[in-house]
Amino acid sequence: MITAPVRTTPPIADGRAAPPALLVGSGLRKRFGRTEALRGIDFELQPGELVAVMGRSGSGKSTLLHCLAGIVPPDEGTVMFEGRSVGDLGEGERSRMRRTSFGFVFQFGQLVPELPAIENVALPLLLNGIARSRALEIAAPWFPRLGLAGLERRRPGEMSGGQAQRVAVARALVTRPAVVFADEPTGSLDSLAGEQVMELLTAAAQEQGASIVLVTHEARVAAYAHREVIVRDGRVSGPAAE
Amino acid sequence: MSVPHALLGLLNQRSSHGYDLKHAFDRYFSPEHPLAYAQVYSTLGRLEQRGRVRLDAIERAEGPDRRRYAITPEGADELDRWLIEPLEPEPRLQASLFTKVVLAILTGRPVEPLVDAERHAHLKRMRELTAVRRSGPLPVALLADYALFHLEADLRWLDLTAARVDELRRQVLAIPEGS
Repeated sequence: MITAPVRTTPPIADGRAAPPALLVGSGLRKRFGRTEALRGIDFELQPGELVAVMGRSGSGKSTLLHCLAGIVPPDEGTVMFEGRSVGDLGEGERSRMRRTSFGFVFQFGQLVPELPAIENVALPLLLNGIARSRALEIAAPWFPRLGLAGLERRRPGEMSGGQAQRVAVARALVTRPAVVFADEPTGSLDSLAGEQVMELLTAAAQEQGASIVLVTHEARVAAYAHREVIVRDGRVSGPAAE
Repeated sequence: MSVPHALLGLLNQRSSHGYDLKHAFDRYFSPEHPLAYAQVYSTLGRLEQRGRVRLDAIERAEGPDRRRYAITPEGADELDRWLIEPLEPEPRLQASLFTKVVLAILTGRPVEPLVDAERHAHLKRMRELTAVRRSGPLPVALLADYALFHLEADLRWLDLTAARVDELRRQVLAIPEGS
């Protein structure tokens, strides 16, 4: 089985070295009980890059995302973020890295149902110690951009699935993270709502210079990415890069 | 659908007569639209001229002589290249994709490399169309959407086929000759 080569400093056309990768997973292995979810995966993400991770259910693609994001430690292999080994960080530091440098969007927005939309967007800022009034001030301009002007005080249960997911995208990006991890962000939406979420996610990430790791089984969603990585049986399969 | 490559694939299994090739072709690839004998023989003639097949034997029986053909190393190389080379992604590829998958199985080649290559080519084309859709006016975007949905359907079919390849291999190899 072919695995993608690790390219820590890929050469570029004029001979200069490309900037170092932002996020590098090397030789990642992860086992859950008797199931080997990852069997030695190499993965690399450049600054500003959008990579789609595709594969069937149970292929290991979500486990890969969790390992790269420092949510789940790999059994073997290393994850380097901005040149630092995530495994060497203490839990406090790792948690801080996830709050300040990473953003997350999941299939079901996982918004806090009791909080109005604007407070859901502001939540990561509050967790980072920013004063409430300032956090709400930063969150407010997202709403016209989300196409949700006037809905700031709605609770998630009072919004459509597409609207709630757009709120989740804003929450992921409000801290200006370096990497957004999106796990099936359109999985529960119809085509049009899914398209709106992807437009918002990719445009906002590009504007902020954020990279995206996008786990999806939908080709139309993966087509927003610069390249795709196919995971099959815990390994990377086929052409991993252009 | 590439009839020359389908015949090369069938000959890669074993040397065969035009008559048997025609029936194998119909059985695997085109049960509703049988191939004309004339097309089989003219295709074999062209493949022979190009050195992709050779005359293996002439068998004399009642009626006309039966010419048995065999694939040459050049023919096997061409088949290898064709199987792995992704098709130009466009709507309605299913007949050609299906031919490739079945020929890979019949000739004992792995299916995954051709599925991966095709998926990669499809996604590349879908990225181009997505860029068109995002930058163009609505009429252009809707046309791009039409192509995107069809390419996505091909990919879903490929994924489903890849997921069932072991069972497909078992069933394809079990199809009795002459059925």
